[in-house]
Amino acid sequence: MYRIDFNKLRFLVCDDNPHMRRILRTLLHSFGAREVYEAEDGATALEMFSHYVPDIVITDWAMPIFDGLELAQMIRQPDANGNPYAPILMLTGHSEKRRVTMARDAGVTEFLAKPISAKGLYQRIMNVVTNPRPFIKTKNYFGPDRRRNVNSSYVGPERRTGTKADIVQQPSLMDKARMPG
Amino acid sequence: MMAKSKTPAPQIKAYADHHVITQPNPLRHAVQYADDKDLDDPVARAEQALADLSGEFDNWMQEECNRLAAAYGTVLKNGFTASARDELFRAAHDIKGDAATFGYAAAGAAADSLCRIIEHAPDITAVPADLIAHHVQAIQAIVREQTSIERIGVAETLSTHLRSVADDYLTAVNHDRPEHLEAILAPSIVPVD
Repeated sequence: MYRIDFNKLRFLVCDDNPHMRRILRTLLHSFGAREVYEAEDGATALEMFSHYVPDIVITDWAMPIFDGLELAQMIRQPDANGNPYAPILMLTGHSEKRRVTMARDAGVTEFLAKPISAKGLYQRIMNVVTNPRPFIKTKNYFGPDRRRNVNSSYVGPERRTGTKADIVQQPSLMDKARMPG
Repeated sequence: MMAKSKTPAPQIKAYADHHVITQPNPLRHAVQYADDKDLDDPVARAEQALADLSGEFDNWMQEECNRLAAAYGTVLKNGFTASARDELFRAAHDIKGDAATFGYAAAGAAADSLCRIIEHAPDITAVPADLIAHHVQAIQAIVREQTSIERIGVAETLSTHLRSVADDYLTAVNHDRPEHLEAILAPSIVPVD
């Protein structure tokens, strides 16, 4: 049996509703988290994301000016500051199929519909910590693999092309440090 | 920027039109093996903490209601300007999201119905004024009279009836807008915990 040591995780919570932030903070602290940073809008959250480098972002969708969907899109910039691979949990009152699809296509890792439950939140966090999905980068998408299940009997057209992959070697941190410029 | 542990380099597989990027799990340091004898239950602990917080919920629900009333007051005064419409939607949407947590599930259902009207009506100014007014008043009444009407099931009946009337209206006015019609008629696909 595995469990999460929340004490080793850093959270960023973004919700314009102070009551929901309080509830989230209470739940995360109860799980054992100590580092929980809070933002009440997307712009502040993006700034805090760069500054605190959270391990997990939990964001509401509907917020004035700069909403949770835009926040996810800004985080999922492969060359941006901060960690573009950070898991993003969308916690929202929206629960329609169209909204879930939009969130997924913005690079959201997990979707959790309100009303919030301790169990639902814990399960989503457990999932992103223990089962991170590979990231996919295409011309117009960068984010966690949107295919959660592999269907071996699938017979329709294949949207992704190319069967043989080239392995791109990534330089180590030491090599990067030695590179001029 | 705060100090952060180093992240191992990801493996990248390049295909014709996409890359698959696999990182060694950057959060593996937070995963622990727990013995079966370990009785610690973080979910139960969090539920208890939420229960300890519940003394605040009635006041919070009232604050959410006041915000909805203020947003509706702005609509009555200035009409459905973009900002008035957005604020009414956000106020209703917040109630939709947190009312059940605060113990006012029927108010959340009525707020959900109001959100659907605002989101899917082709022309919000053409929505019968009574339909919006009845939603706002119902949410206020459910919160105000929680103890008395919840007991006899009136709150749920009220929110269910409002939803039915709102859905009939939205179905009629969206008969030529299939994408909205589909959203109105589709059940939620989010799994219930």
